[in-house]
Amino acid sequence: MKDKLVISSSPQFHHPQSTASIMWTVSACLLPAGIWGIYIFGLRSLLVLAAAIISAVATEALLNKIKGENTIADGSAFLTGLLIGFNMPPAVPLYVVVVASFFAIAVVKWTFGGLGGNWMNPALAGRVFVFFSWTGGMTTWTLPRVPGADAVTGPTPLGSIKVGLSSITEGINGPLDLLAAEGVPVTYTDLFLGRVPGSIGEVSALLLIVGGLYLLIRKIANWEIVVSYLGSFALLVWLFGGFRYGQGLFAGDVLFHLFSGGLMLGALFMATDMVTSPLTSKGMLIYGVGCGFMTYLLRFFGSVPEGVSLAIIFMNIFVPLINRAFQPEKFGLVKEEEASK
Amino acid sequence: MSRFRTFPKGGIHPQDYKEATCNKEIQNASLSSIAVVPLSQHIGAPCECLVKKGDLVEEEQVIGKAGGFVSANIHSPVPGEVKEIKKIFLPNGIAVDAVVIEMQGEFKRLGKETTPADWNSMSNEEIAAKISEMGIVGQGGATFPTHVKLSLPKGKVCETFIINAVECEPYLTSDHRVMLEKADEVLEGIKIVQRLLNPGKTVIGIEANKMDAVEHLQSLISTKGYDMEVMPLEVKYPQGAEKNLIKAVTGKEVPSGQLPLEVGVINANVGTCLSIYEAVVFSKPVIERIVTVSGGAIKNPSNLKARVGTSFRTLIEDCGGFSEEPVKVIAGGPMMGFTVYDLDTPVTKGTSGILALTAKEIKAAKPTACLSCGRCISACPMGLNPTKIYKYVDFNMSDEAAAAGLMDCVECGSCSFMCPAHIPLVQGFRGGKKVIRKNSMKKAGK
Repeated sequence: MKDKLVISSSPQFHHPQSTASIMWTVSACLLPAGIWGIYIFGLRSLLVLAAAIISAVATEALLNKIKGENTIADGSAFLTGLLIGFNMPPAVPLYVVVVASFFAIAVVKWTFGGLGGNWMNPALAGRVFVFFSWTGGMTTWTLPRVPGADAVTGPTPLGSIKVGLSSITEGINGPLDLLAAEGVPVTYTDLFLGRVPGSIGEVSALLLIVGGLYLLIRKIANWEIVVSYLGSFALLVWLFGGFRYGQGLFAGDVLFHLFSGGLMLGALFMATDMVTSPLTSKGMLIYGVGCGFMTYLLRFFGSVPEGVSLAIIFMNIFVPLINRAFQPEKFGLVKEEEASK
Repeated sequence: MSRFRTFPKGGIHPQDYKEATCNKEIQNASLSSIAVVPLSQHIGAPCECLVKKGDLVEEEQVIGKAGGFVSANIHSPVPGEVKEIKKIFLPNGIAVDAVVIEMQGEFKRLGKETTPADWNSMSNEEIAAKISEMGIVGQGGATFPTHVKLSLPKGKVCETFIINAVECEPYLTSDHRVMLEKADEVLEGIKIVQRLLNPGKTVIGIEANKMDAVEHLQSLISTKGYDMEVMPLEVKYPQGAEKNLIKAVTGKEVPSGQLPLEVGVINANVGTCLSIYEAVVFSKPVIERIVTVSGGAIKNPSNLKARVGTSFRTLIEDCGGFSEEPVKVIAGGPMMGFTVYDLDTPVTKGTSGILALTAKEIKAAKPTACLSCGRCISACPMGLNPTKIYKYVDFNMSDEAAAAGLMDCVECGSCSFMCPAHIPLVQGFRGGKKVIRKNSMKKAGK
C-alpha cells in the first residue's frame, strides 16, 4: 500500500467536469439538431457532417504527430468538425467541407498553439473562409424534403428577404408577408421546428434550444452570453426592424429573426465557446451585447443575408481587450486604497 | 437566493459527502501501543525536546517546550517509555523530530474523575497562562497558537469575536458533532474567551447544512441567557476561511495583507473553544481531538476521539479498515488537506479528518491547455484572476504575479477544483509564493 498511495497538492478531489467531458457533452447536445438536419435534408447531409468531422480529426491527428502529443480524445477537434458540418448547406461540394475543416484546425487553431490558444472560433473561421472562397457552393440551399420528390434548391428565408426588400411594394407588413408575396411562404412554426432551407444544423431552433438549455443548466454555456446576445439582438430588431417595411419604431418581427438563420446555433453553441469568449461575467455581458449588435447590423445592412458568423468572429477579436478591461475586483483592495488616502 | 448570509464574491459548492458521518456519535478511538508525537504541531517555532531515549513519561507530561512566543507546548498523550527521537515527515511534507513513546504504566487522568475548577474566580492572567501552558492551537487546521491570537496588542479592541463552526470542508463532521455532543462545554469555553477579549459582540457562524447544531446552540444560549448569537450561513465553500467568514458575518473586508484584528475581529474554531474549556477548567492539555474518518474506501466512516500520536492506521482499523483500496489517504479535508503516503503518520493537534478516497471520488484527469472558461475567476473568493496569475508563475514572472495578487491567495483550492482543464493552479501558486518570499528575503539581506 505504501507505494500505491497518490501524493498530490490540494485540492484532493475535483469537480466532475473536465475538458473532454465538456467537449463531448456539447457534441451530444448538438446531436438532436443534427439528426433533424439529416432527416429533413436527406442523407447527403450525413455525408457532409462525416466529411467535416473526419477531416477535422485527421488534421488534428496530423498536427499531433508533428507536435508529439495526442489531443484527439479531448473531443475538441470532433466538436469543431461537427460545428463546421452544421454550418454547411446540405448540397455543398465535399472538398469545400474538407478545406473548411483543415483551415479551422490547422490555421486557426494550431498556428496559435492548439486548444486554448486560438483567438477566433475555429469552426466559424472555417465556415467564413470557404464562404468567401466558394460563395456559390456555400449559398445553394436544399429545400426541406417533400415526400416522393427529389431534393430541389431554393433560397433561405433570410436570403429571400434580402432579395425581396430591393423591390418592396406597399402593403407588406413584415418578413412573413414579404416571403408570402415572393411565393415562399413560411410560418413561425416552420421556423421554430426547422422546416425551412438552411445550413444542416441551424434550422431547428427547437432542438438547438433544448440542447442549449442543457448546457446552460450544466454551466457549460454561460447564461450571460446567451441572454445578452439574444436579448440585445431582439431588442434592436423590435426597435428598428420595422423601418424597412415602412413601419415605425417598436414594430420589428422579433420571433422571425430569433428563429431564422444561424442565430440559435450561434448564440447557444458558438458565441459561448469558452476559449474565444471573455473570462468574467461583466465581460461576457459586454461581449454578448456586441454580438447582438453586430448581428443586427450585418443582417439588416450587410450585403449578405446572414450575420451571425461574422458578428461572433468580430467580437472574438475584442475578447482580449474586454478581458483587460473587466478584471475581477480583488478582495480587501478597496479598503486598502481608502486607508492610504 | 438563500435566506442566509454569506460572502458575496466567488465560492463553490462541492458535493459534501457529510451524510456518511454527520449522524454518528463520537466514539473513543483505540490507543496504539506506540505513540509518535511530532515536536511541531503548530505554526511557529518547533518545540524544544525535554526528554531523551529511555526516559519514563507520564500522561500529560510536557515533552516539548514552546520554542518561542509563537509556539505551543506539546504533552505526552500516554504514559510510557521514550524509545527514540526520530525524524518523520508530517503530511505537509515538513520533516520534524518526533518522540516515540511505548505505552506502559498507569494513566494519570484516563478513566478517573476530575473535579472542575471555578474559572470565574481566576484572573485573566491565570486563564491566559493556562491556555498557553496547555498547548492550545487553532483546531480548524491552521494550528496557530491560541494564546498568541488571544493576546490583544495594546490599543486594539476586539469588536466582534467570531466562533468558526462553519466546517465547510466536505466529509468533515467533527465540529458538527462537537456542537451537538459538547455544546455546554463549548459555550463555557466561549464565555472564557469573552472574559479575556471583552468583545462587543460574539457570533457563532454555522453553515445551514447543520441546522440541528444551530437550533441546539440557540436553545442552550437562550436558556442560559448568554450574550452570544448563532448565525446560520449559506452553504458555500470556503466560508470557513477566516477572511470570508468575517465578510459573511460582519460585512467587513480585511485589507489585503493584514490581520482580522484590523477590522476588530478575532476568530476561533469551535473545537478550539472546547479545548480552552478543558484546559482552563480541568487543566487538561491538548492530547486528544475529534477526528472524522471517512471517504469511499472506509468501511464504517466514524467520528473518533483520538489521542495525538495515534497512527492513521489505528483509526482506520477502528472504522473497520478499508472496503476497497484507496487511491489517496488525506490528513484534513479534501479541499485543503494533505495526502500521506504512510499510514503510520500520527494524528496531531490539527488533524480534523482522515479520508481514504477512491478514484471515483477524486475524479482526476490529465491536465489540458487552459480553455479560458473563467471558472477559476468566478470561483475565487479573493477576487483574483487565477488563470492569469498561473501563467505569470509558469513563466517565472514573480513580480507580475505578486502585482496580480498572488500573495492574497488563501490556497482554498476552489479554482483548481473547478478548472475543467485540471490545471494544478494552487500547486503553482504555492511554488510561486515561495519564490516571491525568497526574493524578498534576498532583497532584505542586501
